[in-house]
This record gives sequence, structure tokens and C-alpha cells, in this order.
Amino acid sequence: MASGQVTKRVKYKTSVKDPGTPGRLLLTMEKLAFRPNNPNSASKLDMEFIYVKNHKYTKEGSNKAPMLNLTSNQGASYIFEFENYSDLQVCKEFVGKALSKPGETPKPADTSQSLSEQPSTEELLLRMNLLRENSELQKLHKRFVRDGVLTDTEFWAARKKLLNGDSGNKSKQRVGLKTVMLSDSKPLIDGRTNKVTFNLTPEIVREIFAEKPAVHQAYLNMVPNKMTDKDFWTKYCRAEYLHHSRNAHAAAAEAAEDEELALFLKPDDILASETRRKIRCVDPTLDMEADQGDDYTHLPDHGIARDGSKEITESQNEPYIRTLLHDLNRHGAVVLEGTAIDEEQLKDTQTVAEALIQSKKGNKIANEEADGNANEEKLNRISKMMEIEDLRGSNDLPLAPLSIKDPRDYFDSQQACALKTSRDAPTGTEALNCSLSAQEAYGSLRDSISQIKVVGLNDPIVTPEVAMKVRSVLTHNITSTKYHLGKNPRESVLDGFPNKIKEDLLHHWMAVEELLRHFWSSYPITTAYLYAKVNRLKDEMSKIDSQLQEMKESVQSDLRNQLTLLIRPMQQALEAAMQHYDADLQKRLAKSGERPNGYV
Amino acid sequence: MASVPSKLYSDDVSLVMVLLDTNPFFWTTSSLPFSQFLAQVLAFLNSMLLLNQLNQVVVIATGYNSCDYIYDSSSAPNHSSEDARLPALYSNLLQKLEEFMIRDEKLGKEEPRGKLASSLLSGSLSMALCYIQRVFRSGPLHPQPRILCLQGSPDGPEQYVAVMNAIFSAQRSMVPIDSCYVGAHNSAFLQQASYITGGVYVKPQHLDGLFQYLVTVFATDLHSRSFLQLPRPAGVDFRASCFCHKMTIDMGYICSVCLSIFCKHHKKCSTCGSVFGQAQSDNTSASDRKRKAPET
Repeated sequence: MASGQVTKRVKYKTSVKDPGTPGRLLLTMEKLAFRPNNPNSASKLDMEFIYVKNHKYTKEGSNKAPMLNLTSNQGASYIFEFENYSDLQVCKEFVGKALSKPGETPKPADTSQSLSEQPSTEELLLRMNLLRENSELQKLHKRFVRDGVLTDTEFWAARKKLLNGDSGNKSKQRVGLKTVMLSDSKPLIDGRTNKVTFNLTPEIVREIFAEKPAVHQAYLNMVPNKMTDKDFWTKYCRAEYLHHSRNAHAAAAEAAEDEELALFLKPDDILASETRRKIRCVDPTLDMEADQGDDYTHLPDHGIARDGSKEITESQNEPYIRTLLHDLNRHGAVVLEGTAIDEEQLKDTQTVAEALIQSKKGNKIANEEADGNANEEKLNRISKMMEIEDLRGSNDLPLAPLSIKDPRDYFDSQQACALKTSRDAPTGTEALNCSLSAQEAYGSLRDSISQIKVVGLNDPIVTPEVAMKVRSVLTHNITSTKYHLGKNPRESVLDGFPNKIKEDLLHHWMAVEELLRHFWSSYPITTAYLYAKVNRLKDEMSKIDSQLQEMKESVQSDLRNQLTLLIRPMQQALEAAMQHYDADLQKRLAKSGERPNGYV
Repeated sequence: MASVPSKLYSDDVSLVMVLLDTNPFFWTTSSLPFSQFLAQVLAFLNSMLLLNQLNQVVVIATGYNSCDYIYDSSSAPNHSSEDARLPALYSNLLQKLEEFMIRDEKLGKEEPRGKLASSLLSGSLSMALCYIQRVFRSGPLHPQPRILCLQGSPDGPEQYVAVMNAIFSAQRSMVPIDSCYVGAHNSAFLQQASYITGGVYVKPQHLDGLFQYLVTVFATDLHSRSFLQLPRPAGVDFRASCFCHKMTIDMGYICSVCLSIFCKHHKKCSTCGSVFGQAQSDNTSASDRKRKAPET
């Protein structure tokens, strides 16, 4: 049955509870077919493996019958019950192999490939881009995917994050509002006539509407029923101009004459109610004094065209005067709130006004909902902050109190410990290194002291030969460490190598990392697919291992030591993987020993 | 010290605290006889004093049971006491050393068993640091202190905490600890000490040329050292001793609160009493009571 086809007696079921139709399962590399024993039965099945998305099987040893469950890419599942586990094993391996054969099955671009789906064109483009941008990745890809060590899917499966992260970056960021205040864009006054020109763009209109809901409301009410678009804005600009001229009296007079104009000059009711709502939302436990130090208005040149200090408020005309503080706060709030209107909608005033009202409606509902929650939360917080300590039970947090002891305790205990161990140790004559008793030892030491006293020092303390030897050893030691390890600890050992070796080394590191990542993630080996993959990886690893060995031998002797130090961890990592592989293989062989060796 | 206010201290005046290992149990097993070792060290001390008139040498004996100052060049009488065979330095030092050995022997009641006993490195390091602190406080003009450990006995893991504390206090007061280890294996304590304090660690290969090592590596003052290429260690043994069994370990458990080191998992830290592991729920009352109970 050398990879050609497999035929097994099975029962075909559409669900687990189905009693099943007895018949034969025919497996070839490309497709599977079920032929019922009863030729009249309707449950005949032919399916190509490329449509199989997933396969499951019952584990040996569990009490269930040996079953293989294939899931097609349409979501239907096909269950085959085998007569015994060895049949299942054979088919399992076969299916695994058939499913993992990517390149050989001719497949149209839109069908599934091996175990995972074919990537979308978008993703392919992304991969290409990544490869183009990252030459190291490209090298790895070339080395492993082209040589068939890893499949493309496997390669990218380990880098899902890279793909995701990149696509996340591409999501368009919404552009916020400009922080420049409208009042900064001054009206153009041409010197000769008394004409004042205001330039209004849809953007400015949006800002006016957003910052002054009353104007927005008025616009919706009046245009185009009562007046034209142009009239409305002329009026508005006139009101603005009055503001700029800071002529409260004139403003009051004009407002008395023209009620529409008055609308623009009066304080904004909608705004006021909203402000009240916001004030209600302010956390009562907030320490307002805490940020008093943040005041930076004293800094010169703060970029405001209006100077608040010069605006004197006259109580009489108060309603017609907006303070700078109001404007600033309102503007800040609008900017922070952001905009729900897209750039495309910024065509003319009418659309802007309508779009704004739409978005506001949505906001309002959300706000009301949030308000309910916030209120409750607020109450909770207040009750927590207003805690009256006397009335509450003790606050039992699961904390272990820290008890740092008096260090003397520690040292005392240490001494006691040392004493104890010395006492516990068997006292006797079995001294290993020290063959002499204390008395003898002290005696001999005293002897040597008196020996010096009597004899004096030897005339040459050190013979010239020995001194020379020591000097040369020391200097050699110093020079070698100096030149090889570098004076600067930050200076990398890598820099000492020729460029070629350095590059090779780095590349090998990357390759080894990649291989090991795939290798270890393949364990435990559950499918024949993984088995084949591990085999491929193992071959590649032994190849790299020998390459490293070659590299080690190719360099000059003075660099070899350093190179060995760098290569050793790589080789150790590879060795560990190989050992694991061998051990696993042994185990598998031992397990499959009693089984007929017919498959694979 | 009081007699030298007029002296002009410059940056190349050294105060060398020499810690002399006098552990008799080590020296009887050493390949280098103690007499030869002593002779070479004495010659080195003499050359230190000759290098600069203001240099000061203090020798502390690191014994098996005790430690003591056995020589201080600033207070030693300058004339030879009995016979003129030896210079004053030598005879004074040898005299003191002999007395110290007798005292040290009397202090010891038990024979060392099993493996080679360690000497009291932590004690002599502390004494050296105390002396240096006194010198620091003697006035704005003082020699540049450094410590030179001439050690041969193996590390005593039970002294780990004390030695490390001494090392860190030396680091804090910017006192380098040089070490010359004449024992069989490298000393992790001294390697760490020299590494942490910026001193030099040397393990001579040719013990008969010890004097040459000492003079070449350790004789120069700290200022000149910055211009010299001195031996650099290829690696440092950073292993620590566990607090529970005083064993040298390379992997262990560390208390997240007080950084005590243990060789195996404990339910709670024996140093600070923090409770480890999953016993979070039932620890509140029971462990509190237990903690009061005496340990060991």
C-alpha cells in the first residue's frame, strides 16, 4: 500500500448517533470515496481532499469506537467508524499525509490549501511588502520556503502578529478638529471703505454650529423658510462684529431692534443647559484645588488674539458679553469631543447643519444612557469617600503584614545554625583533606614562622627565571584579554570578525531560531503531517550544524576561540532539539513495535 | 596618624590593608609552604613601604577562630628589638603573628572535620573596613585605602551574608578589594569582591613566583592603576549561598520582599516572614501567631 491507496471496512455515519451504513472506505492521495455494501444505499460518497478542512479522530484507549471525523469546507462532517484502532491509525496517517500535501494537489486559487485557508490577496500583498521591507525576513523565507523545509503557511503562521500589527497600522486615523479658535481668524477690514469681510468655509461653519448650538438651532429654524442662507450669515457676522468691537452698548441697542440678531448675542440657552448637565456630572469628590498649580496663563505669548483682562464687564449689559473664559472652555470642549462629520460632508452649510444634528441625536441618546450609569456610580463613589470610619467594621483586606525582623535575630540564628551543623557533623578522625590535628597544624605553622626568624629570608626572594616566567604569563594574559575582549565592554565581540563571518553568524542565528521555533511547536507529534515537518526540520538543523562546524574550522586560530564561544550556544540549542527528536523517535518506535509496519 | 599632619598627601599615597590567611588547616595541605609564602609577602610589604615614604601598610591575620591586627606601619617601632638579623618590620610582624597563632589555637576547641575548613574572611574584611573608616574620619588628608586579600582557604558558605555585606560596604566607601588567591580552586567570594569593588583578582599559576605577582599587580597605587592594564578576570563566579542550609547554589528561590536566597521552596521567608505560594486565604491569623514563635 505504498502511498497509493488504502481500503478499509468502515461504517459511514452522518452524525455520531447515526447507526451507520456498513461499507468500504477508499482513500487515495487526491480523494476519498465510500462504497456501501448495499449497492442500493443512497449514502455513496466521493470527496476530494482539497475540500476537507479538518479531521478529528477518537483517541486510542478511550472507550469510544474508533472513528474518523472529516469536516468539509462547507461545514458538513463525515464520520467513519472503523472495525479496530489499527485501521483507524492507518487511515489517520494517510489522511494526514493527503491533507498535508500542498504542492502536489492541483488546486484552484480559491480552495483551501493544506490545513489552513488560502490567504486572501490582501494578505499576500502584505506578505510581499513585509518581505520587501525586511531583508532578513526575506533571506529566511528564501532559505526555508524555497527549499521546502517549511511551507509558506507555516512560515507565516509563526508571524501572524507581524501581519496583524501591520494591518492595524493601516486603519485610517480620524482627523480631529483644529485647536485654533475661530476668534483668531479675524475679519478682514479693507481700509478704504467701511466694508468688513468675513470668510466662511464649511469648516468654519461646522465649528460655529458645534460651539454655538443656539446658532445651529436658529439656522435650522429660519433657513430657508424665513430668510436665505446668505442673510442668515450676514446677520450672524454682524453680531460677531459687534462682539469684536466690544461695544456692549451698541450690541444692546441692535439687539433691541432686531430679535433675530439678538439671538446671536444672547447667551446660549442650549449651551447653558448642557453646561448645567455637565456640572451635575462632575465628581463631587474631585479636588478642585489640586490643579491650581497648573495655571499657565501667566506665560507670555500664549497665542490668544483676545486679551481677557481688558474685557471689563459691565453689569448692565452683562448678557451681551461673553467672557474669554467661556469661549475658551467651549472651544476646548468641542475640540475634545471631536467630530462625527466626515470631510465629504463639508460641502455647504445646509448639509453641515443636517449632519451635525444627526450626530447630535446619536450622542444625546448615548449621553442619557451613560448619565444613568454615571449617576449610580457617582453615588457609590460618594458613599465610599464619605466613609465614616467609626461606623464601619474593620477593613479586612487580604494582606499579610510585613514583619522585617531585627537583623540581629538573623545573625544570631545564623551563628546558632553554624554551631549546630558543626556539632551535628560526626566528630572523629575522618578528616579528608586535612590529615593533621589542630595542634599539629598550629604547631607546624608556628614552626615555619620561627624558621623564618632563624633563617631569615632567602637571598633572592624569587629566582630571575621564575620572575621572568611570571611576568611573561601576566603580560600575555593581559594582552590577550585586551585585544580579544576589547577595552570597552560595550564593544561587541562580533565586531572583531570579518564582515562575511559576522553576517553569516547573524544569519545562522536567525535561521536556527526560526527552525527551533517550528521544531518545538510541532511537539507533541499528533499527525503524520507534523511528523513529516519535524523530519524536514531535523534534516535542516543537522545541515546548519555542520555548516557551523565548517565555519568554525575555516577561521584563523586567533578568532576561533571567540567564534567557538559564539557558536556554542547555537550548537547546544540544536543538540537539545536533536536529542529530543531521537528520544521521541525511540518512544514512537517502541510504541508502534507490535503494530504491522505497513504504513507511513 | 597624628604625627603626620605636615606630610603632603598626594593621590599616589596608599594605605594597604593586607589580610593574611593564617588558617593552619589550609597551610598544612597547601603546595606552597607557609614559610615561603610569608617570606614573599614580607618582601612585598617592605617594597610597598619603600615605594612611597607615606605609604602605610596594615596587616590583619585571618585566622581560623579569630582575626587580629598584627602589624601597622604607622605605629610600629622603627628599630629592631632583639637581633639585627631581620629588619624591624619582619621581626615585629613575626612576633605578633606568633602570638596571634597561640591565641587563635587556644580559642579553638574543636577539630575541623570533613572538608577543609575556611578562615574568617568576613571578620578580617570587617576589621579592615573599620580601620579604613577611622582613617577616613582622621581628616581631609589621608592615604588612598585599598584592601588586599591573600587568601588560600576555601570559601565558607556560612559566611556568605557577612562577606557580601562587607563587600557592599567596601563598594559604598569606594574601597577596592584586591585579591590574590593561592588555594586550589577559584574563590567565588573574592572574585565577587574584586568584581564589585573594582579591584583585581589574581590566582597565581606559579606560586614560587608569588612575590613577582604581588609586585607586578598589586603594588601600584590607585591613581596609577588607571593608566595600567591589569589582569582582567575571564569570568566571575556569581553563585550565592542559600540562607537556609548555607550551601553554594547556582539556582534557587528568592524572597520577593527581602531578596533572601533559598535552595528550596519554603512556605514563608525565614528572614522577613513573608508567606509564599498559594496559602493566601488562610494565612491571616494562623501564620501571624506562628511568626511569633522562635525560629531555628
